[in-house]
Amino acid sequence: MIKATLCCVCFLFGLTLYAQEDTYTIEKDTTKLEEVILIGQRKLSNYRQEKTLSSIDDYLEKSNRITMIKRGNYAWEPTMNNMASQRLVVTIDGMQIFGACTDKMDPITSYVDVSNLEKVSVDSGQEGTENGHCVGGGIDLKMPQSKFNGTGLKSSFDLGYETNGNYKSVGLDLEYTGNKFYVNADGIFRKSNNYHAGGNKEILYSQFQKYNISVQGGYKLSENNVIDASVIYDKATDVGYPALPMDVSLAKALITSATHTFKNNSTTIKSLETKFYYNTITHIMDDSKRPDVPIRMDMPGWSDTYGFYSKATLIEGKHNLLFNVNGFYNRSLAEMTMYPNNSNQPAMFMYTWPDIRTLYTGIYAKDAFALIKDKTVSVSARFGYHQNTIAEEVGLESLQIFYPNLSDSKSRFLMSFSTNYQIKKEKHDAAFSVGYGERAPSVSEGYGFFLYNSFDNFDYIGNPTLKNEKALEANVATNYYLNKFKIGLEASYFYIIDYIIGEINPDLSAMTIEANGVKIYNSLSNARIFDIYLNSEYNISKAFSVNGTIGYNCGKGSNNENLPLIKPFSYLAEVNYTREFFNAAIQLNGNGNQTNYSSFYGENETASFAILNLNLGNMFYLKDSKLVLKYGIENILDTNYSTYADWNNIPQQGRNFYINASFVIN
Amino acid sequence: MKLKYILPILFIAILSTACSSDDDNNDNPPVINEVEGLTKIQDITNNTHTIELYSESGYFYTGYNEISIRIKDNTNNTFFEDFSIGWMPIMQMPTMQHSCPYSTITKTPGKDTVYQGNIIYQMTNTDGSGWTLTFNYTIDNVDYSITDTITVIQYENQNVTSFMGSDNSRYIMALLEPKDPKIAINTMKVGLYRMENMMSFSVVEDYTITLDPRMPGMGNHSSPNNTDLTYRSVEGIYQGNLSLTMTGYWVLNLKLMDTMDTVLKGETVTDENPQSSLYLELEF
Repeated sequence: MIKATLCCVCFLFGLTLYAQEDTYTIEKDTTKLEEVILIGQRKLSNYRQEKTLSSIDDYLEKSNRITMIKRGNYAWEPTMNNMASQRLVVTIDGMQIFGACTDKMDPITSYVDVSNLEKVSVDSGQEGTENGHCVGGGIDLKMPQSKFNGTGLKSSFDLGYETNGNYKSVGLDLEYTGNKFYVNADGIFRKSNNYHAGGNKEILYSQFQKYNISVQGGYKLSENNVIDASVIYDKATDVGYPALPMDVSLAKALITSATHTFKNNSTTIKSLETKFYYNTITHIMDDSKRPDVPIRMDMPGWSDTYGFYSKATLIEGKHNLLFNVNGFYNRSLAEMTMYPNNSNQPAMFMYTWPDIRTLYTGIYAKDAFALIKDKTVSVSARFGYHQNTIAEEVGLESLQIFYPNLSDSKSRFLMSFSTNYQIKKEKHDAAFSVGYGERAPSVSEGYGFFLYNSFDNFDYIGNPTLKNEKALEANVATNYYLNKFKIGLEASYFYIIDYIIGEINPDLSAMTIEANGVKIYNSLSNARIFDIYLNSEYNISKAFSVNGTIGYNCGKGSNNENLPLIKPFSYLAEVNYTREFFNAAIQLNGNGNQTNYSSFYGENETASFAILNLNLGNMFYLKDSKLVLKYGIENILDTNYSTYADWNNIPQQGRNFYINASFVIN
Repeated sequence: MKLKYILPILFIAILSTACSSDDDNNDNPPVINEVEGLTKIQDITNNTHTIELYSESGYFYTGYNEISIRIKDNTNNTFFEDFSIGWMPIMQMPTMQHSCPYSTITKTPGKDTVYQGNIIYQMTNTDGSGWTLTFNYTIDNVDYSITDTITVIQYENQNVTSFMGSDNSRYIMALLEPKDPKIAINTMKVGLYRMENMMSFSVVEDYTITLDPRMPGMGNHSSPNNTDLTYRSVEGIYQGNLSLTMTGYWVLNLKLMDTMDTVLKGETVTDENPQSSLYLELEF
């Protein structure tokens, strides 16, 4: 019935129903993310894996639907389907974790490194709700599976150097795998100075430095039962944000979990995985390195999350069932202290996130049903209870300045459904899906107190009375194979009801000096986002292949204004040469003029650009060990450019020579 | 020689007995400290009595002072429970003298010996000198008088202001509340007095005081949901809502309007005019 209703609604939009199949993953092999095994239809990313030591951010950016919002050279914020992190659910191995920065300077992808992960699972729209409610999609950063294959000690060592920014990285990975237990320890250190944009222009405050250590271990209790534990410690210091008025002196995360896994192929319940986790983040923004600021300030933030999930997979006849019961409790606190230029005046203090506690419990169920051999229908649903509480009395009273009748807690009931139909034939495949989902406002959207947004130069006030944001979506993805030629089309349409966005309140006075005014988060009655990508691939010979992608996105609100941060026309073309021990690729990547920019929401037009990259790779075998070399030139022509997603149009890296070496000893 | 040993033992015996009897004796009411939480400002003494002056801070500051008073009988160190008392603060200037707005003194509810009142010192000398305080009081139908100099310290912020209105009357306006400002909507109370002559100040009724709080340190940031202050006849003060969005230094820009809405003092804050000529300050 729901499916029928959704279909009708979508039909009413008078749209050709485009849908997509975007359940693809980027997976690393047991050593490093040097080879990418893709599950799913699109193999495009396979060719784009240039560096063994690239950051998670670089990896994510390879996906068509993901664009990284860049405020500097570090901690990029992922957007999917033109929707930023508040509309996505980003998890680490199913664990909820929330950034502690009120200005989104620490997306959670910045707290893990490639060395911690095995693969990244990206699910568009309502197919990404396994771990939580979202509108745009889900990104799950998966840690390695436990293994007890008795391979013994294995180690690898990585070194990386890039000329632009004098960027150095070094990684070490040690792994012992026995028959009963395994332990894996890795560490990575990265340090970069200011990078230079095209034309050798130094971008001040774009430096960063970070290290990440993780230890993961497991013990096999019996044939079917395994316990695992993992600890990740990530610490970044001296991170510059050239697009923002402040930098970060410390961004620190401790991510811990303990998991019990039951697996049995002969029972109906194939697996049952239960995890308890805790993570804590400290984020300290400061401006002590900036010579010229209207006022000095400190903005520390903290986020602690406790949670669990229990996930079961069942196979019963033609049904493939997945159940996931999860819950978390998060505490988000951020404050701001400003030091007046007149030192006789006292420091000014406020809570920007007034100790908001979020409690969530929910259940997710998915059934994939094989109709006949090449046709599959899958249905999924998530129901959840979401509660926000303002724990700090001062925080409640601060928000009561704007909402005099505000009570300290608010509960919401959230739900999400999606259904997907897939056909796989020899010459073509196709997938259609429709979905409906809801999300609760983020802490900033609900409870932020004078959060300055340098993008539109407004202070933002949260709105605890916001309605849930609801989205109807339709997706189509189809591929045709003709000999050595493949062509694919994928498209999504989102009709978002009560779209949350800041609205100018002319009666309010800005707090931030020189800000244009104050915006209060409010709901647009609706917004529409559409994206379409055309992918093609031609295998000239066994070694040579060519592929290309063009994409078009648009987004409009019910006020007939363009939405901000919508990707303009984009294209990518690549020529690949791949042999067993050598590969080379040349890549052209560009965007068209951003004609549908959103001046209403403070965006300006970003000019078109195109950049050319070259990457090469060699592999050498020396007895039991292996050396992987990756090297190349990014932005060969030293183009000075910025993309639509670059905060305040900060120019991106100019020409960059890089080399990564990985040495693996078995 | 034995006395040397016996005496201390005796002393100890007596003291311990006394102690134990004190502890066990529940018939005597416990001594209640009626000035708990208050700090003594000073004592004013004549031959027969000592007037003790208390406040929370233990000092007189310019602005609004809540003062607690009790009178001690110098002969037996007990405090009187029933008396009537009035006061008169006087500022001695080089060429003249004047007083300031002050309340009557009444018995503090729930207390036996403590009386209370308030005084609004509108100014002081830089060294705190210049003010004297005279008490005229009656105990058992006998009148007494007592005068002494007091020290009034200049408060760090402008919590009181004295100004000439466009009606050629001189006014004194003082901040009464919030005493402990919060990041919240605070209740703001202001006392407004007209200077009838050097010695007499009357409560001004039914005027309106508009409020526009600003933070000069933050580009003259303001706050929402403030309300104008209106007269409350029961308390004889003006009351409104004051929103403070953060801690720090705030200028409370005010405009005084009479019953006909004629502006007597103060201007609207604009980009060109960042501060009204009628204002109070607050810091927390």
